[in-house]
Amino acid sequence: MGCPAKTSTRARHMTLRTKIKRNAYYDSVTLMLLSRELQNLEGVEDVLVGMGTDLNLDLARDLGLATSELEALTPNDLFIAAKIDESKTSMDVLESAFNDYLNKRAETDGDDDFQPSSLSSAIQSMPGANMVLVSIAGEYAAAEVDEALDAGLHVMLFSDNVSVEDELRLKQKAVEKGLLMMGPDCGTAIINGKPLCFANAVRRGKIGVVGASGTGTQEVTVQVHKLGEGLSQVIGTGGRDLKEQIGGLMMIQGFQSLIADPETDLIVLISKPPAPSVAEKIYQIAKTSPKPVVIDFIGGDRAAVEAAGAVPCISLEDAAQKAVRILRGEAYADFTGFSLPDEQIDRIIEREVAKLKPDQTELRALFTGGTLADEAMKLLGVHHDIYSNIPLSPEMAIENLPSGRGHICLDLGEDKFTRGRPHPMIDPQTRTEFFKSHVDGNTGVILVDVVLGFGSYHDPAGAVAESVREIRHRLAEQGKDVVVVASVCGTELDSQDLNKSIETLEAEGVIVLPSNAQAVRFTDRVLQRMKKGV
Amino acid sequence: MLDIIETANKEALEIIQNGQPTLVGLGVAGEVIPGMAKDLFLHAGPPVTWEKMSGPLRGGVMGGLMYEGLASTPEEAAAYAASGKLRFDPCHHHDAVGPMAGIVTSKMPVWIVENKAYGNRAYCTLNEGLGKVLRMGAYGPEVIKHLQWMETVLYPVLKATIEIHGPIDLKTMIAQALQMGDEVHNRNKAATSLLIREIAPSILKTSFSNEEKIAVLEFLNSNDHTFLNLSMPAAKATLEPVGKVKHSTIVYTMARNGTEFGIRVAALGKRWFTAPAEIIDGLYFPGFTKEDANPDVGDSCITETLGIGGFSMATAPAIVQFVGGTPKDAVRYTTSMYEITTEESRAYKLPTMNFRGSPTGIDIRKVIETQVLPVINTGIASKEAGVGQVGAGIVHPPMACFEQALEAYVNLLEDEGLLEE
Amino acid sequence: MSVNDLFKQELKVINLGLKSFQNDLKSQGVTTVQVNWKPKAGGKKNMLNLLGRISKTKKL
Repeated sequence: MGCPAKTSTRARHMTLRTKIKRNAYYDSVTLMLLSRELQNLEGVEDVLVGMGTDLNLDLARDLGLATSELEALTPNDLFIAAKIDESKTSMDVLESAFNDYLNKRAETDGDDDFQPSSLSSAIQSMPGANMVLVSIAGEYAAAEVDEALDAGLHVMLFSDNVSVEDELRLKQKAVEKGLLMMGPDCGTAIINGKPLCFANAVRRGKIGVVGASGTGTQEVTVQVHKLGEGLSQVIGTGGRDLKEQIGGLMMIQGFQSLIADPETDLIVLISKPPAPSVAEKIYQIAKTSPKPVVIDFIGGDRAAVEAAGAVPCISLEDAAQKAVRILRGEAYADFTGFSLPDEQIDRIIEREVAKLKPDQTELRALFTGGTLADEAMKLLGVHHDIYSNIPLSPEMAIENLPSGRGHICLDLGEDKFTRGRPHPMIDPQTRTEFFKSHVDGNTGVILVDVVLGFGSYHDPAGAVAESVREIRHRLAEQGKDVVVVASVCGTELDSQDLNKSIETLEAEGVIVLPSNAQAVRFTDRVLQRMKKGV
Repeated sequence: MLDIIETANKEALEIIQNGQPTLVGLGVAGEVIPGMAKDLFLHAGPPVTWEKMSGPLRGGVMGGLMYEGLASTPEEAAAYAASGKLRFDPCHHHDAVGPMAGIVTSKMPVWIVENKAYGNRAYCTLNEGLGKVLRMGAYGPEVIKHLQWMETVLYPVLKATIEIHGPIDLKTMIAQALQMGDEVHNRNKAATSLLIREIAPSILKTSFSNEEKIAVLEFLNSNDHTFLNLSMPAAKATLEPVGKVKHSTIVYTMARNGTEFGIRVAALGKRWFTAPAEIIDGLYFPGFTKEDANPDVGDSCITETLGIGGFSMATAPAIVQFVGGTPKDAVRYTTSMYEITTEESRAYKLPTMNFRGSPTGIDIRKVIETQVLPVINTGIASKEAGVGQVGAGIVHPPMACFEQALEAYVNLLEDEGLLEE
Repeated sequence: MSVNDLFKQELKVINLGLKSFQNDLKSQGVTTVQVNWKPKAGGKKNMLNLLGRISKTKKL
């Protein structure tokens, strides 16, 4: 900005030139900006662009830019007066820069919309707002949620690090006011057909879901969609809702609203096993529910669910299958198999296991979705000893893994792995690194989840495919290969596209199963087959 | 039931909304401004001593001394100003306002604006035009000569004109100008045109020579900022009664003296809360840079205090370019001002804001809470006395002014036993 | 407003925090406003304290 020092040594090479445009009006601000712009051109020592007003002509004289041509100007005439080095530039260059600048400015528009600086002014600036999505740092979140609830707005609280005391207080307030307070640490909801945070694009329909887990809820909605049905509302509660301290306040609130919702014909509840007192409250409501209720308390008490007149499930996929069958008035049973015929599954297993050497005996399950990892642990833990950061029993904690050898299943989204970096559903880097550090010549089978949808990385399948390519290349040097099993939690409506993601994985020889449960079950069979020897 | 603060602010806002600033005539500063005297020079902003005055104020004082005949050279003037024979006081302490340096001396003609709703008056000198002018700290012979012409030709003609025409409702005129692309701080083209249209017949009806009438009309027409010196006292007259509302957190003065920025808050009466004035990040005229700029100066941000000027930038997209912005930015500036104000003006409607009223009644609590500072459109004076204007742009008051005011306010309520434990 | 009223309304979301959530909502045609959120009073403890003290004044 501004003009360079006018030294006599430089002035020797400079020529004073003027360009006049008659009856061409521009406002003074535009012309000031233009002067500044032209000043930066190569070979320009000093320049003034202005209308021929007395003030501007005085200014031209003061700057030593006046020529006799300027004397005859009227305030309706535009002039460009400049000291230029004619070996480097010309007035024609200045004039075309002048025109370019004016044209460029006409095309540019302002950038973003106005952003109010506080919740209260946002409420003022958007009449009819009904939902507040909070993902600011946890220490500040409770105060904002409080304000939102006071203003009668529903809340989805994505932030974590909110105390149990705050959660309880806020949920009590929400219940009192008949509002949703989904969270803290709630990542998935679909309200009125609109996915919030981490959720998949699924069709609308008659099945309502209340979920205390993010990817668990995603998997159920995706499976419902795949089976041709749709979702009315998907309500999140946050992972602590069904603990003793919170008492399931939001699960109950959501459950009751779905019972009252004319668009919902069937209700699915998803959570890790609740505290007994909380489970009891939910069973009481289920008993009187006029609508069928399907419950997946992942690995929970089957008999208690049945006693409440609700339908228990053995997996997230099973929950979706049962919900759809009941909705359609069809008979249902636990789904323990595969979409493909068993013989075909066996053939694939034989083919895959044939690739392995006798010392390739271990599982590496690398999950980005927490509930999907949970489900894997529950299903695999029946037949195998699995070390994990979410172990089924304390002695199976990953820290206790003897000399690095054994089956491993990790939830890479857990705090320990995400410190200082994005969640692996958003940024695949964490899992890419675990592929490098945790897969070796003893690995026989790798199991992964690929979660699509809003909020997720734009190409999670591509990231896995790349890791698989690298690992096969590395193992090939030892004359080895590896079995890779995956499921894709997503639909063809997701921006990442289910079918494209499957193709990407299959192109790298990944066995893609249609659900997390089937992928885990397939892995289980592979492990059992491997025990028999290759 | 409202608490003390809300009740007080409601009263303050009622005063602002009801204000009826009206041009009632012209007079000579020494005769009409309360407390004015030959040995007293008024200046913009909060109180400041000669020692601490920046270039534009010093230049204005020196020019004023020569204009008053108290000195004949700049050197003499500087010595006189430093001698202690001359008293300085803010315009704001005398119901007056002054743009940029805001120097008012006793011989100067002033506009007289009366707030018909509350009976108080405000005063402001006549605008000198652009270029080398006293308000920018210029004091050359041509500056003094021009002031003399204003005193001997412009003033008598305009005084007679308003006497013939009768009072002019400035509230309505400002409201119209806001719908014609002015924000009546940095752009006064429409308002000045409206004024000329309104008074031209009365100018012709005066008994002055054609030569003098033509000179006056040509001068008014040549100077887009003629109306600035009316929008400022209109804002001052509207806001002054707010300064008496007990317990109100509404700001009724913002002003800069080129060294410090100062604000005054209703509940805290005449007390100034000051902090160093800032350098303006704006658009500089060719040949000038930030290095040449004086810190923020002038009483003209009384317009922003009322909710016009920068607060109503959305209605004046032509000038948003001063900060390299777009019309959308202008809307954003105005929208953000609703976050720190209390009501929307019932009179000043902004077409580009869907005819919302301008953001009115700055609340110090909201400024602190949101950390959003008032937006001020302003001219930039050279830091060297005598040079004049070097650019224009957008500036904000220092947050420290509001922080000190809030602290003083809380202490006041505490002292009065009004806080619940 | 009860939860069941919400189900009958057009979803209008105020987003405090991650801008990407708002972008996703926008892409689905949801009316949203992004809050340029900052800690109240810039997180300055003394200012928060002052604001807190005058949030409870005696009623008239």
